[in-house]
Amino acid sequence: MNNLIDLEKKINSELATKINKSSVKHNQIYVEIDKEDLIDVVLFLKTHKDIKFRQLIDITVVDYPEETQRFKIVYLFLSHEFNQRMILSYFINENEVISSLTPVFPSANWMEREVFDMYGVNFKDHPDLRRILTDYGFEGHPLRKDFPLTGHSEVRYSEEQKKVINEPVKLEQNYRNFDYESPWEGTKYIKEIKETNDKKN
Amino acid sequence: MTKKIKNLNLNFGPQHPAAHGVLRLILELDGEVVEKADPHIGLLHRGTEKLIENKTYMQAVPYFDRLDYVAPMNQEHAFALAVEKILQIDVPIRAQYIRVMFCEIGRILSHILNVTTQALDVGALTPSLWGFEERETLMTFYERASGSRLHANYFRAGGVHQDLPAGLENDIAKFCESFPKIINDLENLLTDNRIFKQRNVDIGIVSKEDALDYSFSGVMIRGSGIPWDLRKSQPYDCYDQIDFKIPVGKNGDCYDRYLCRIEEMKESVSIIKQCLAKMEKGPIKTFDGKISPPSKKDIKQSMEALIHHFKLFTEGYRVPKDEIYTAVEAPKGEFGVYLISDGSSKPYKCKIRAPGFSHLQSMDYLIKGHMLADVPAVLGSLDIVFGEVDR
Repeated sequence: MNNLIDLEKKINSELATKINKSSVKHNQIYVEIDKEDLIDVVLFLKTHKDIKFRQLIDITVVDYPEETQRFKIVYLFLSHEFNQRMILSYFINENEVISSLTPVFPSANWMEREVFDMYGVNFKDHPDLRRILTDYGFEGHPLRKDFPLTGHSEVRYSEEQKKVINEPVKLEQNYRNFDYESPWEGTKYIKEIKETNDKKN
Repeated sequence: MTKKIKNLNLNFGPQHPAAHGVLRLILELDGEVVEKADPHIGLLHRGTEKLIENKTYMQAVPYFDRLDYVAPMNQEHAFALAVEKILQIDVPIRAQYIRVMFCEIGRILSHILNVTTQALDVGALTPSLWGFEERETLMTFYERASGSRLHANYFRAGGVHQDLPAGLENDIAKFCESFPKIINDLENLLTDNRIFKQRNVDIGIVSKEDALDYSFSGVMIRGSGIPWDLRKSQPYDCYDQIDFKIPVGKNGDCYDRYLCRIEEMKESVSIIKQCLAKMEKGPIKTFDGKISPPSKKDIKQSMEALIHHFKLFTEGYRVPKDEIYTAVEAPKGEFGVYLISDGSSKPYKCKIRAPGFSHLQSMDYLIKGHMLADVPAVLGSLDIVFGEVDR
């Protein structure tokens, strides 16, 4: 498929029931599926001769703590043959376990470990699901929106105990997060935001 | 009676000069042959993505310098392009040439470091002494344009921070004349060197299929014979107006990757020359006062400029709700930014796709069956910089 619009049609006709939503923008195709169909859809995308998304670029998660379906799992694919990119995604609840892509793409191994480390999303059938980026013995999942920016514990060398110790974070000054929402109406975009806020109220 | 033979577990790093940073490798050895390699990473993890979520778009730029710190501006480029695409702003042509030129300088910076340290890992000291002198010259160019040798913070959404100072273009042109000789000197030392070839030829071979499966990009995929370069296939900024070739390897071993890097440096010099020739005087950032800050002179005289300045440096500019993935061909491979904006002045989510992460992950597959002494050679040719692997 040389054209993204054709590709979108093709995917929708071949995988009709499995595609929830699809769109084309920024020269990329965005596809939403169901959690259960992941392996089927990815195998189809990887092997079909007119599509050939042969490379998994990255796996990541977006956290929406207010939503019931908290995590959006995102897969980025690249097709060298047709020079196209795809963003595949689905939503899951907080404690749901999802299938691992490692059997299909060996490179998914570390990407899924990172997702597990940063967001606490669990993968079924992953060969080696350990933390990857955080310290040995780390607790919590740092990229979740409810994890504080300053973290929970800090590391220092203790002169008394003659070893490196972990202790709760002590800040000399609290982390300051200013609200820059403008009270005066200066420019257009600020007005727009105000109007939407008024509607909400 | 049978003797019991146990495999030896060896801890390589995290403080080992050939580990190129803070890599801890747990190697399982059968005699001198590596059976299994388990890289432990994250010792340089700084939570860049979390920090970016809590900063405005302008404050996010310096974090990109600190990822792959041997080629800082290439990373900034990916972020600037992502924001520009969402905001739908055009970048003035002079800014595009400046950015492409500095990206190629970054590529040379990174490739010199990699080629010479790879030589150092397999026993040649001189190349690094010669190469680092050139890196120093290049970093002075960085400093003259941006104010700092490494952490440039120079690219902005909509252009670059400020125009090049007088005389810089001439000096870069002079460098382009003298540098090819240095590449030749390095090649004289290495390309036909018996020891260098013994240590690199047929070591760490990557097949085409595996290069795709393991998400390789950049030199790692081109060394295996796949002609893929984002500068050609998905041109950004003014790469489509520049004439250059993509060197491609044949065997996919460490030696081919070395050759690709040498050829790429030559191409980069030619790109820099073309940029200098095509660059004309003109604006270097977008005129949109809502995105790029006003000049100091305007702030003194215009109330509107003063307000813009204040708003930009407190609240920052707002980016409409969108989702985008943008990638650039960084020296090490495909460096991408997956950005989700929510209409406020801070990114909701900014995932950084670092090429080194997927390259290092294949360490186990690459090194299986090789000798212990090949570990530094393979590691060197992967071109790992921990700033970007650990983020």
